[in-house]
Amino acid sequence: MTMDGSTAIERVPTGIDGFDHVALGGLPARRSTLVSGTTGSGKTVFAVEFLARGILCFDEPGVFVTFEEAPAGIRLNSASLGFPIERWEDEGRWAFVDASDVLTDEAPAVGAYDFGGLAARVTYAVRRTGARRVVLDSLGALFARFADAAVVRRELLKITLGLQALGVTSVVTAERPGEYDGVTRHGVEPFVMDNVVVLRNALRRGRRSRTLEIVKFRGAAHRTGEWIFTIDPAEGIVLVPPAFLAASTGGRASTVRVSSGNAGLDEMCGGGLYRDAVVLVSGPTGMGKTLTALRFAATAAESGERCLICTFDETREQLLRDAGGWGLDLRAMEASGLLRVVSGYPEVASPEDHFLRIRRSIEEFAPTRLVVDTLSSLERVVSQRALLDFVIALGALLRRDEITTLLTAAPTGHAVPAGVSAVTMEIAGLADVWIMLRYAERAGEARRAVTVLRARGSAHDHRIREFTIDGGGMRIGEPLNGVPHVSTGNADPTALWPPSARATDRPPG
Amino acid sequence: MTTYSFRLYVAGTTERSKAAEANLRFLCDERLAGACEVEVVDVAERPDLAEEGRVLATPTVVRLAPPPVLRVVGDLSDHGRAAAALGLPAAPGPPEERL
Repeated sequence: MTMDGSTAIERVPTGIDGFDHVALGGLPARRSTLVSGTTGSGKTVFAVEFLARGILCFDEPGVFVTFEEAPAGIRLNSASLGFPIERWEDEGRWAFVDASDVLTDEAPAVGAYDFGGLAARVTYAVRRTGARRVVLDSLGALFARFADAAVVRRELLKITLGLQALGVTSVVTAERPGEYDGVTRHGVEPFVMDNVVVLRNALRRGRRSRTLEIVKFRGAAHRTGEWIFTIDPAEGIVLVPPAFLAASTGGRASTVRVSSGNAGLDEMCGGGLYRDAVVLVSGPTGMGKTLTALRFAATAAESGERCLICTFDETREQLLRDAGGWGLDLRAMEASGLLRVVSGYPEVASPEDHFLRIRRSIEEFAPTRLVVDTLSSLERVVSQRALLDFVIALGALLRRDEITTLLTAAPTGHAVPAGVSAVTMEIAGLADVWIMLRYAERAGEARRAVTVLRARGSAHDHRIREFTIDGGGMRIGEPLNGVPHVSTGNADPTALWPPSARATDRPPG
Repeated sequence: MTTYSFRLYVAGTTERSKAAEANLRFLCDERLAGACEVEVVDVAERPDLAEEGRVLATPTVVRLAPPPVLRVVGDLSDHGRAAAALGLPAAPGPPEERL
């Protein structure tokens, strides 16, 4: 702490996967944070996790004040997340203040009153457990029970001030009438307005999409915007991109090169791929993207390494059959334990759940290579921004573990003539290597052409080469002269063409 | 005559606490001719009893006997409504003067 007014607000990490990253450390310490959301937006899960992870990760006891759901229900629902609340209660590390009792609902009010009883009980529970964290869930029930909203607001203010005096950090949940109106239903915000987190569960493009936004932290920095999250039955709340980013160690870059599975491509890329590279192979359907991906996977197995294939386009059986057609026995690779195929159409789960599934597979299987075929299929169920988040997030995790990754993308929707959609352009900007497959017209014939548009840190081949596909796979041939360079839409050309490329391809003048 | 038994939960010795106790004792004298027991619990001193009684608002008065158990929240400043809510017998004399 400094005396010049630039005091850094002390933070209490929640332990919620990814949240502390967005909150730049956690919730403001010894203050109340309002977590508001519509019914089913995950407020209670957030509240439960704040306390439970406090006990699990930081050995900080907690008090749960419930106005709505009875403690028995909370204990039961939390068991699936692996939180043994009952045991913690026995150990004196978790205490409920049960204000859900219907008895009190029926008590009529005659004359003036305050919440002295509640304040005394909360204080008692905090002292008894030595709590550092307190949850009040949720205020809506209180407003339903006590007719005078002004009294309830005043009394809640006193309670939050009391909590600050006790030195505990608290999470207070409240209902919102709609996803994008006001902060809360009952005008609760004035008294805890310092720190506000909004949980949303909105319908977007016909799918439920959960997001979390830190609306304000008084005097404390935080990341802005809506962050996608999911509520996993086993892991609880997971903010997807930050959860991956948090895994990033940054800075380190591999100097080890590995083969793409095609000698010609390796040569074009400057002698193979860096072990921690993320490679994008783009091109229209039928150009050989999946073939390239399968060769990439097979190379891992041939050198005794593991590869994980996530396919969103085909079933596992279809993929095995196609591979068989190219002389690749994926079944044998699976049997040897060096290959795992995860398949599933994008529509069967939310994009966030796909992220989690891939992450879990990576953790369990510990592959040295990963294939995602095709990334474009996810575009059907996810916004462009979310797809980019996915790639950024995945990339951070993959670079940390030095998992060589091959992503494929096909044009969807409004593709520009070269077969590169806007989102592919964006993803290409994030990839270390971008290999583009396309048709090139030459002497009235459509030829298959391959170009390495980018290979970070490598002196790569900038020429457009013809290639053919036969039973033996992709064969890279001679440069195609006289073929115009790829139209890359209106993207920043410097993102596409490394300076060396421009120097080589375009003579000065 | 039935003896009434009440427990009054208050938070500290505030004006509101004193008013609630005075109003309850007044009702006991007026409606029950003193045939009643009043136990005052200060939740600040006995938070365990507040917890046990699931007390949220203070003052809260609980009629423990005779059954049924009844609860009323507030300082009972409106004697007529308080008496009705606590199920006390009618006051002697014309009711309009008391309301």
